[in-house]
Amino acid sequence: MLAVEDLAVSYGDAQALDAVSLEVEEGAIVAIVGANGAGKTSLIRAVAGQHRPARGRVIFRGSDIAGWPSHRVCNLGIGQVAEGRQVFPTLTVAENLEMGAMLPRARARRTENRARVFAMFPILEERLAQPAGTLSGGEQQMLAIGRCLMGAPDLVMFDEPSLGLAPAVAHAVLAAVRDLNREGLTCMLVEQNVAVSLKLASRAYVLENGRITLSGTGEALLADDRVRQAYLGM
Amino acid sequence: MTVISLLPNVVVQGVLTGLVYGLMALGLSVIFGVVRVVNFAHGEFTVVAMYAAFVLFSALGLDPIVAMLPIAVAFFVIGYVLQVALINPFVGRAEHEQFILLVGVAIIVVNALLMIFGPDSRPANLSYAFDSYLLGPLIVDKVRLYAAGAALAVATLLFAFFRYTRTGTAIRACADNLAGAAVVGLNVKRLYALTFGLGLACVGASGALMVTIADAAPSLAPAYTLLAFTIVIVGGLGSMAGALIGGVLIGVSEALAGFLAAPSMKSMFSFALLIIVLVFRPQGLMGRRA
Repeated sequence: MLAVEDLAVSYGDAQALDAVSLEVEEGAIVAIVGANGAGKTSLIRAVAGQHRPARGRVIFRGSDIAGWPSHRVCNLGIGQVAEGRQVFPTLTVAENLEMGAMLPRARARRTENRARVFAMFPILEERLAQPAGTLSGGEQQMLAIGRCLMGAPDLVMFDEPSLGLAPAVAHAVLAAVRDLNREGLTCMLVEQNVAVSLKLASRAYVLENGRITLSGTGEALLADDRVRQAYLGM
Repeated sequence: MTVISLLPNVVVQGVLTGLVYGLMALGLSVIFGVVRVVNFAHGEFTVVAMYAAFVLFSALGLDPIVAMLPIAVAFFVIGYVLQVALINPFVGRAEHEQFILLVGVAIIVVNALLMIFGPDSRPANLSYAFDSYLLGPLIVDKVRLYAAGAALAVATLLFAFFRYTRTGTAIRACADNLAGAAVVGLNVKRLYALTFGLGLACVGASGALMVTIADAAPSLAPAYTLLAFTIVIVGGLGSMAGALIGGVLIGVSEALAGFLAAPSMKSMFSFALLIIVLVFRPQGLMGRRA
């Protein structure tokens, strides 16, 4: 579904990604594991069209979309749940959800997708008229996921969805990712909780200093000594 | 006794003029609040609209309050094109670069006006310019009442657009969290162009109305830019209601200055108001604390 080939990204003089290649198959959860500053968010931003890559290809369903503007990338069905949630704080929950469905591809399915989001996160329906800035962190994360689903994506890139959340809430958010995947959503998951993300993932890549240093099935990486030492503290 | 009995009239006149000022400042506030670019050519565009209304009035006899509509539409288009062609490449660049860009635009506009119309004031002599209504003890200028009513109507439409339409909500979303707007795939550059267009539509409408209050002259341009800034800072940067309230306050202060001291001292009164606001409420009356 998505293939990143030989991708290089730099911010000014600082190179964030170098020769990164990876593949996300339809229906999979692909985990990206790495330390802070390894380039995980840079990878997501480059695929999403928020930062133009210096080199390389981003192939989505057969066409190279590297360097496309983000609104066109989103309209292809590539959604994003960004780090820090990025909800619109002064807009109400209803308006935030509405903003997720501004894409041409999503307009017709607005009502249907709203019902789906409320079925998944009933709390959002109770908070519809409330400004998003007044929600708790967990609720904001649910809103960010709900807003993304309003865009009717086929592939969603999750960037640290459980960061800063209480353990029970973090668990619920990751369970939501798993459930969405079971319903057919393809997911790319960047998650600080490496153990959980590798358990969920069918395939995983380890990113170190902007390069892919290791890849394999989630299970294989869970059993890998280097991964266990560096990311699982074992 | 007579001085005191005239005071309410002066205040009402100030409120009415202030609503037209407020509409002009609203344009500045909307553009800054969303695009985060300060339109240093704001007064210059206002004066262009005044000339447009003047030309439509002298050539076709079109009442400026009617001409406001086509002028606002034309200014929307100008604003949209300007944002796409000139300002979008400067969004996110250093502030001094944006400043030079818009000051450059301002200089070009003023000099173009001087070339076309010369430096003299151009009045639009409306047939009902000296008519007034008696409302109880108040004497209200007909022109100002119409102009203020029209300004209020345009401002209300704009409020409604931002509050109730999807596109208006999307523009508020960009102002709220630009990163979030990119994440959900909003076409930020297009929304910026719409916003600049709407800001200039306010300018076009207020300029057309302004010609009923003041004569068009190129030399007014920098004064109006400064006026718009003063109003927006008094009202609170980025607050739409603040721009209107600031406009009314400055309008009243100018009218009182003319009445209690001398008309030439009106700027002194508005700047005094500005200083008082900056000392006691630096974020402006309706502004949120940074």
